This record gives sequence, structure tokens and C-alpha cells, in this order.
Amino acid sequence: MRIAETVRTTCPYCGVGCGIWATPDGAGGARIAGDPKHPANLGRLCSKGSALGETLGMEGRLLAPEVDGRATGWDEALEHVARRFTQLIERHGPDSIGFYVSGQLLTEDYYVANKLLKGFIGSRHLDTNSRLCMASSVAGHRRAFGSDTVPGIYEDLEQADLVVLTGSNLAWCHPVLFQRIVAAREKRPELTVVVIDPRRTATCDIADLHLPLAAGSDVALFNGLLLALDAAGATARDWAAAHASGLDAALSAARVSTPDIAAVAVLTGLSAALLRRFYDLFARTERVVTVYSQGVNQSSAGTDKVNAIINAHLLTGRIGRPGMGPFSVTGQPNAMGGREVGALSNQLAAHMTYDDPRHIDRVRRFWQAPRIATSAGHKAVDFFRAVEAGEIKAVWVMATNPAASLPDAARVVRALKAAELLVVSEFVRDTDTARHAHVRLPAMAWGEKSGTVTNSERRISRQRGFLPAPGLARPDWWMVSEIGRRMGFVEAFAYSGPADIFREHAALSAFENDGRRDFDIGAMAAIGDADYDAMTPFLWPWRRGDAEPTRRLFADGGFFTADRRARLVPLTPRPPRNAPDPDYPLSLNTGRYRDQWHTMTRTGRAPRLANHLPEPLLALNPADAARLRIRDGGLARVESRWGHATLRARITTDQPAGTCFAPMHWTAVLSATARVNETVNPETDPLSGQPELKATPVRVTPVAVGWEGFLLSRRPLELSGFGYWVAVRGEDHWRYEIAGAEAPSHAWARISALGAAMASSAEWLQYRDPGIGRFRAAAIISGHVEFAAFVARDADGLPAREWLSTLCRRRPITAEERRSLLGGRAPGQAVDQGPLICSCHTVGRSVIEAAIADGCATTTTIGERTKAGTNCGSCLPELRAMLAATRLAAE
Amino acid sequence: MRERLVVVGNGMAAHRLLERLHARAPGRWAITVLGAEPRANYNRILLSAVLAGEKSADAIMESDAAWFAERGIAFHASCRVARIDRDRRVVIDADGIETPYDRLVLATGSDPILLPLPGANLPGVLTFRDLADVDRLLAASRTARRAVVIGGGLLGLEAAFGLRRRGLEVTVVHLMGHLMERQLDADASTYLRHALERLGIAFALSANTAAIEGDAHVSGVRLRDGPTLPADLVVMAVGVRPNAALAREAGLAVGRGVIVDDTLATSDPAIVALGECAEHRGQTYGLVAPAWEQAAILARHLAGEPARYPGSIVGTNLKVAGVSVFSAGVIEAAAGDDDLLYVDPADALYRRVILRDDKIVGAILVGDSSDGGWLFDLMREGRPVGALREAVALGRDLARAAA
Repeated sequence: MRIAETVRTTCPYCGVGCGIWATPDGAGGARIAGDPKHPANLGRLCSKGSALGETLGMEGRLLAPEVDGRATGWDEALEHVARRFTQLIERHGPDSIGFYVSGQLLTEDYYVANKLLKGFIGSRHLDTNSRLCMASSVAGHRRAFGSDTVPGIYEDLEQADLVVLTGSNLAWCHPVLFQRIVAAREKRPELTVVVIDPRRTATCDIADLHLPLAAGSDVALFNGLLLALDAAGATARDWAAAHASGLDAALSAARVSTPDIAAVAVLTGLSAALLRRFYDLFARTERVVTVYSQGVNQSSAGTDKVNAIINAHLLTGRIGRPGMGPFSVTGQPNAMGGREVGALSNQLAAHMTYDDPRHIDRVRRFWQAPRIATSAGHKAVDFFRAVEAGEIKAVWVMATNPAASLPDAARVVRALKAAELLVVSEFVRDTDTARHAHVRLPAMAWGEKSGTVTNSERRISRQRGFLPAPGLARPDWWMVSEIGRRMGFVEAFAYSGPADIFREHAALSAFENDGRRDFDIGAMAAIGDADYDAMTPFLWPWRRGDAEPTRRLFADGGFFTADRRARLVPLTPRPPRNAPDPDYPLSLNTGRYRDQWHTMTRTGRAPRLANHLPEPLLALNPADAARLRIRDGGLARVESRWGHATLRARITTDQPAGTCFAPMHWTAVLSATARVNETVNPETDPLSGQPELKATPVRVTPVAVGWEGFLLSRRPLELSGFGYWVAVRGEDHWRYEIAGAEAPSHAWARISALGAAMASSAEWLQYRDPGIGRFRAAAIISGHVEFAAFVARDADGLPAREWLSTLCRRRPITAEERRSLLGGRAPGQAVDQGPLICSCHTVGRSVIEAAIADGCATTTTIGERTKAGTNCGSCLPELRAMLAATRLAAE
Repeated sequence: MRERLVVVGNGMAAHRLLERLHARAPGRWAITVLGAEPRANYNRILLSAVLAGEKSADAIMESDAAWFAERGIAFHASCRVARIDRDRRVVIDADGIETPYDRLVLATGSDPILLPLPGANLPGVLTFRDLADVDRLLAASRTARRAVVIGGGLLGLEAAFGLRRRGLEVTVVHLMGHLMERQLDADASTYLRHALERLGIAFALSANTAAIEGDAHVSGVRLRDGPTLPADLVVMAVGVRPNAALAREAGLAVGRGVIVDDTLATSDPAIVALGECAEHRGQTYGLVAPAWEQAAILARHLAGEPARYPGSIVGTNLKVAGVSVFSAGVIEAAAGDDDLLYVDPADALYRRVILRDDKIVGAILVGDSSDGGWLFDLMREGRPVGALREAVALGRDLARAAA
């Protein structure tokens, strides 16, 4: 037997791009550990990354190509797609073909897809789910710098004296960066953290100052900052004179919209005193990094928000030096790689655009492209409108799930149904999008595929396969190349592997560059296969002939505009496109949970990650909840002019009055009514095309339920027809939280029929108390729990899930456990662990509370006692919050 | 001189009375006990254990000559009382010996009912009521191979279990559609039957016995509208009848049993009665718990304390043929009652509790009756179940865990 070797790769989740050591276990799984040498994480991993080993199973995998639902070989499927593409192009022209791709693709996949569509098919319509993530940053960067450049690196977060986190719940969405800031602050307590976010998030745990501004008022806040900085004498006149323009125009525009702090206070809803503290802090601190993410980008004024932030850094010249600069962090593992190959509908390739005809010509010549697109195509929201309208007739969706992730998702589903040809390449068979596919192509998954990704600090790292691909799964670059060859472009797509593609990509970045384009990895253009295999993470730009990459940009100017000067942009605050009104009086914000990622196709497979927040919750302020008669834990319908969703309500003062919040992760595969993006308005930023996912006027109404319950099942269940359900991954089983309007006895009749079909040969334990609507049953086969159902009039009539879940593991239960099963409580054990706090060591709230009650007064002592928080540290904010709550109660 | 207390009968009711009376007022009465059986008191509940070979006859004895001697009680075994002369206040036994009393206690128990079937007197047709019956059954089981037990009540099932354990093929013939219909609902009864079937006992339900067949010895049981079940041993266990013959002949008020008031006095103030022979407020009891409650009341009475017997709420908590069974109160829910159920068929666990206005009015447990006492207390005290509702249905451990 061959001893499994540890493979160095990178995490497939957020844009931090952590290095991972994966050691295959020989049985299809792998042990996962943080790579101590990777510059992004230095050995750290968050809860999601730590649980990657649990996501590698074969459940739900797409293993063979399918045409019209019929499994085929590759030849047939590829021929079919190539022939249909060719026919449609002949009949309707190249723009009838569109690719909708993804920040989960590797750079090599991205590059080949972009090349085929724009250079050889000649369609304009290739866009990416990164449109939803950082398109506003791209547009803002290009407007200010003339290029899509992140000036700084992660070390700046540690070297800063002030870190401003705006529109970023870093603690949950980029936990390793958050941990790096926490660690830096422990060494240098003077490092100050400001959090700007309408919600009180877990990130606020380390905030010295929290500014709960009104949703969408960022431009007013930063215009106010610009004026305050100027008034405080923080303007870097000399630097700006040499390297920037538009300073006075930006200040003038700011004076119009926000002449004084009182005006800012009105627009942002923040007190003048709080504003003054922030402005003073910013003015007197030279080393400032402003980190921003979706809260800034996902807005109809997203580009302006980005420029408002950049303006402040350009005014003060605080850019490109250690501990200074605006810093966009991306949501996806390879959003940056996609930007680098130009896989956005308004870019062409390698940071070259349609704006400059010389760029188009240069790319055409490099590719020897027969039919290159010459103008920008539709951006994501418009892309699917064009599909719905029949303008785009064939769509290839790669590694993403627009039916769940785009706003006005119901309309996207209509568009997918309207497409003449929908091709989906995916690693799982069932997604909200793949349900409508005519052709399904089995893609390799993380752990199988190989290539490169770029993280938020411009660092290119290898993703390496460490598991064999199952069934007929293939890399996306291979599928695209095969289609290209079958469409007649044999030479242009004769790639031998990812290294081959990477060399071409690097060569294009350096092609006729002469330092005029920021993205240049010419140093890599001739990399050999062996060196590609051994590649260690490196930053770009790394120009041919340079001994090492450039670490930071713009400290001494050198912007990529025609005059090499940066632009300050004059800005006028704009509220979200749709304002709340009497019919839709609340503003819906959407976002992410700590232990889930995107639409859960991967994180949804890990039982450990399901425990933190098993169900999507609609967060509401207590004042709104009281007025709307919504109780904590009850179901609430959130409805906009575009659609609706039904979620369980969480009443919390963390949510400001007049607003509500819902996670975007849950799909139609995992829930009946929790596909929140159906509710979200499809408004977009006029420049970036990025949708306004964080401000939709909604009304919220209580949903009366006749019963609540949950099901535990060895196999997935088909629950259509039940009013509310959410699937929760458990160890060796699925759990379904479920509720409905009818009487419990009626629900029980349906659930009994479902159970009987699931486990007909089982021994059935049953408990019923119809007088109070309480029904329970469990099916045991050979001592294993195959199925269990719990129904009551309300949630108070249901037992805790934690212990019951442990009975559903693949092992026979004991006689005592069997006797206690329907009671829902472990024999002889009164204490349930409670909701999971620490995912890594599976430590529940009750255990931590007990430790605190027992005298543990710091996260360190809690860790020593319970192990909570001692691995990835993602739960440390929650531990601190629990400690704070205890201290507060004591006072 | 002390007043004389004469006790006719030496069963479990009498024994408990003597214990309690001795504890409360030792020596207050000059006591004489006249027992028909040739031995001192034994635990009749355990007869089935003796039949099954789980216990010896000696092991179930609760008293012996020394026990009586220590307490200064005169005890006469094998003494069958023939009649009572109330005028002279004496009892006269079969040998004509008279025993005078100032106060007389009737604790004569009950007799097995013998169906007047053709062949009922054949050798090999036995009853199951006392240790003598057990001796006969044991003797018969040594040669018999196939037994039919007529009667699917508690006693019949215990006889069936004992004989099965002795290696016989056993079929229980029961007139009703389900076993122990006075204690169990149909579903609970089915659970019990399944448990017994797993032990190898067969059943003929809703079966009416037409005749017992055989020439010199029983050879089978013929069912009406059915087959003849071959048998070389037949046990008749169709119920018991209060033994009130003495009282009736003495002219006391007798219904189904000897009628007593709340002080357990019969229509003659000098005579009291308790146990299975007594009828109180129209109710006779066939279980030990009411007899013990009556014994406790009567002991206080005889000790000179005021005490009244209000009647018993009947709870059965027993092992039927190795299967724990508890039953108390009503068996079926009335309209408006809450009907709580827990079942685990494979483990033959059945648990049903009926609530009326949040109070337990009936409970049936099969398979595990360890919560029977707790449920019975809740029921007797009439306590609202409230937060204990789930625990009442699913198990007391839940209540403990929640506490």
C-alpha cells in the first residue's frame, strides 16, 4: 500500500485564500490542516475550512454527463453541446450564446471559458457570479486607479494603527483575517478597530467604535470624512499634487451634500458625537486600512461607496505603504483570478477592456481569434433578462447557482426555463439551477481539480488535487476545450493541462505590456510543468525580469490611468434605489452565516457546520417584532414586490429598528420557502451592474402555524407539499425542521405515510397525545434509527435535537437509548449541550455557560476547560459575548 | 380478661391484618386463627412462580408456627369452619369443635369457578388457586405433554406460563376477544399476547368451550364451532367467586360477597369481613391491594381507633407470565378524555394513560410497569398532571431529567 502524501492546496471558500494541507485517508476522505507556511493564514483555518474533510463524500455527486436527463458518455454530450452551439450561432449569431461562470472556477478554467466565448465563438455575453461579489470594487478601482488593483497586502491589517471595517462582517465571512487582526491587537493594544455596519455583528466584538449607520448611507459618511480630514489638515497636499487629481472637485461635491457634521448625522442616522470621534480618529492616525466587502459592494451606489472610501485614502496619501490603504476583500476563492483573466462581461482579458480598441486588437492577435467580441456584454442581472427575452438562447452555467443567488430569483428561474439550451457543469447533480438543465456535465470538485487561484491580496496559489475524480468527472477547462475543438478550434484549445493554460495566461498578461497594465505575471510565462507543480504562493504583479513580485502599489503614484494620476471622484450620496414605503415599510438586508458558504452545495454537506445556525433566521428588532406580533422562533413571511420567503424569526437588538436581515445561503434544494433572493430587488449599480442585495423594501407578517416538528432520516426526504421545511445535514442522516398550517393530527397522518414509505420493514416506536397535538415516532431497523418524526402544536412541545442526532449515526442504539428516544433526552442525562458554539470541538452553549458559571473568566480559560475556541477561533467572538453578558448580569 | 378475636381464614388479607394489629395494639386481643389449608400463610401471588419452578413452595411462606407463637396467636391449620352460631358467638369447625369469639373476622377469600361442562370432573382437569393446586399441577406436568388452560385472565395466563416453563405445549382458550379484558384494552392485550406467543404459548380467543373430552382421563377440549384441542391436562381458570357460604348460612347480608360497611362490619356488628370474600359498596375485589387497604383500616378499628374504608381504586401491578403489566382505573377513554399512548412493538412495550381534566383516570402499562406505582399515586391523589404530561406517557425518567 502506498502511504498517502500530504498535498498543499488552498481552501475553496472565501477570498482570504488560506493554504491547506490535505492528507488523503485512502478511503475517499482526507485530513485537513492549515498550511503554516502559506502567507494568507500561517496555519490558521476557520470553522468552514477545518470541516472540509466532511464535505468530500460522494452523496449527490454528478458522475456522468446527462442529456435531457439521460446519462450519456462524454462524446455524445460534448457533440450535442458543440452542435447546438454551432446551429444557434448560424441561425442567431454569436451573441445567442452566453456563459455564466463563477469565482469557484480555477484561473485556468476561467481563462479557457473566456477565450472560447469572447475570442472564438465571438459572443459578448460572458459574466460571472463575481458580479454579485466585487463588481463595484472593480469599477471603483478602475475609476480611481485606472486599473482593478488592490494596493495593499494582508500584513497591512497587522501593521495598521487603525483598521476600519465597513460593510464587512469579517469575523464570520473572512474569519482568518479577523483572527490575524485579533492576534495583532493582542500584541499591540493600540491597534484600534472601527466597525461600520447597520447591524451589530460578531465583528463588533473587537470594535472600539461601532457606527450603526443607516443602510446605504456610506457615501454621506465618507464624504463627511473627506471634509473632516481636510479641515483637520490631514490632506497630503504634496503627494496629491504629484499623484492625484480631482481633489477639489471631490471636496466641493462633498460640501454640497454634507456641508457639516449635522448633515452627515441626518443622512447616516449617527450622532454627531459618534461621527466626530470616528473622524478625529481617522484624521490623527496615519496608518489606516479601510477593509470593505459586500456591505459596500452590493448596492445600487456600490461603485460610489468604493470611491468614497478610496477618496479618503487618496486625500491623505495613505495608500500602498505599510499599514495603509483601501482594501477590498472578496467573497470567493478566485474572484480575483476571474478578474485577472477578464471574465466579466465588461472586460476582455488580462485587465484589458473594450474601452480601448488597441486592447481588443492586441488580444485578438495574441489569441489569433477568428471572431473576437468588440463590446461589453450583459451583466448578470441583465444577462438572465436577455435569456428570458430569448436574446441569449443557450446558456452554459459553470460552478454556480444563479437560480438561488441572483436577486428576483424567481425571474431567473423563469429565464432558465425559457433557454433553448441550458448546460450546467457542476459537481453535484441537484441544484436550484441544475434542475432546469438540458445538459449536465460532471465537473471535478475541490480536492480533485488542479490549477491556480488568486486571493484578495493578489496572491496566486496552487489548488492541487489529492483525490481521484469519481465517475466521469472532468475539469471545466477540459470540457470547454473539448467543445472548442469540436466547434472547429482545434489548435487554439489543444491544451495538455493546467500548466499549459497558465503559461498562456501569464504570457498574455505580459504581451505588449511595458508596465502600462497592472496585471503582469510575465515572470511565469515560461514556467515548466515541474515548477508549476511545485509553485509556491506569489504576489502579482511579477514582471518578466523582476527578481521578485511587487508587494504594494501606488505609494509613489504610478497609477494606470493615461496620466498615471489617481482620480478622486466627486460623489453625491444616493439612498438605496427602492425606499421603504407604507406598503413595504422595512428594509431587508441579506448576508452570510459563520459556518455556511454561498448556496451550501459544499458546506451543506458537513454536519459540524449545520449546528451553529441550522435554520435560516429572519432577524428583527424587538420594537418591530412587537408591532408586527411576531415572536422569537415563530415563522414570519417576508414579502417584497418581487417575491417572498418564509423564515423563522429571531428577535434581537443587534438588528436596528426598521430593518431585517436574512441569510442568502438556503436554496430550494434545502428548504421550502427560504430562497431569500426571490424577495430581493433586482436593482443594480449603474456602473458596476452589481445588484443591490442589501436593501429591499419588504413587509413582514407572522405566519400562523398549526404544528411544528422535525424529522430525522437516514435518506433525503421529498417534502414538497409541506408549508415550511429546512434540511439540516447531520452525521449519517438528514434532519428536517418542518412546520405547517394544518392541525397536528392531519400533519401526522401525512408524516406517518412518508415514514411508512421510507422504512416499511421497521419496528415503529410511537408516542401520541392528540389532546395536546403531540405525535412522535421512530423507525428502527436492525437496531439503527432509520427515521424519526416529532410533531407538536408549537416548538415548546419538541425535544432538543442534539442528543437525538447522535442516535442517527451509523451504529445500533442501546436498549436505554431506545427507551429514551421518543422522550428526546439521553438516559440519565439532564444536561443537553445546547446549540453548538465551537464547531471544531463540538462544544455547545450549555457546556460553555457551565464553564463560565464555574469561574472561567477569559476565552483562554474557557478553552482550557472545554477546548472551545482553541482550534480555528471562529467562535471566539461568541465566547467573548457570553463572557460579557455574564459580566453585565453580575453588575 | 381480654376479648377474643377469631379470624376465619389465613390468606393474605388475614395475614396483613394480624401484622398490622400486632404492630398497633400487641396483646389487645386474644386471637385465634382458623385456617382451612394445612399450612401457615404464604404469598399467593407467587404461586405462579412456584409452578414455573422459579421459587420453591418454602420460599413463598410468610409465616409459620413460630410466627404465630411469637405474637401469642393461637393458630389452627387444616381447620375448616362449618358454621357460625351468632347467638352463642361461636364458630364450629368440621370436627364439631367450637371456638367462641367476641369479635369474628371473616377472611375466607374466594373459590375458583368451575364451569359445569361435560367432562369437567375427568381426572386431569385441575384448578389453580392454592398450593395444593400447584402440587397437583406439578405432579400432572411430569407426565402430561399438552395442556389447555381455559380462561385468559390473570390466573389462567400464569398457569399457562408455569406449565410452559415446565415444558408443556400450552394453549389458552378464552371466551373473550382479548386477554385480561378487565385490566387491559385490546391493543395492550395484543402486546401481552405477542409476548406470550414468543414464549411458545398458543391462544384460541373468542372461543367457547363446549366440552372436555376423555374416557378415563382428559384427552382434549372441544370448542364450540371449532376444533378439538388435544390435551392431557386441563386447567380451569375462568375466575373466582367470593367465598360467602358461611356468612350466608349464618344469615348475614350477602350479595356477591359478604356485605360490609365502611368500618368493614357485616350486618352483625360482632362480625367483620375483609378481602376477596367481602363486598363493600357493591364492589368485590380480586386483588391483593384492596385487601391490604382493608386490613390496615380494620387493624386500626380493632385497635380502638376510628377509621373508615372508602373503597379502593384498583391498580394491578403484576408480572403476568414474565411480562410486567400494570393496570389502573378506566380502560377506555370517554369522549373528551385525553388518550396518551406510547408503544414499542418490538420490545413489547405498551403504555397508555387516560386523562380527564388533566388528571389520570386510567393507566395501562405492558412490558415495563416500573412507573405503575408513580402513576397510581398521581391517579389516587387526583393531582393534575401539568408539566409531567410527557413523562406520564413516556416515562418518569423524563420528569427526573427535567427537574
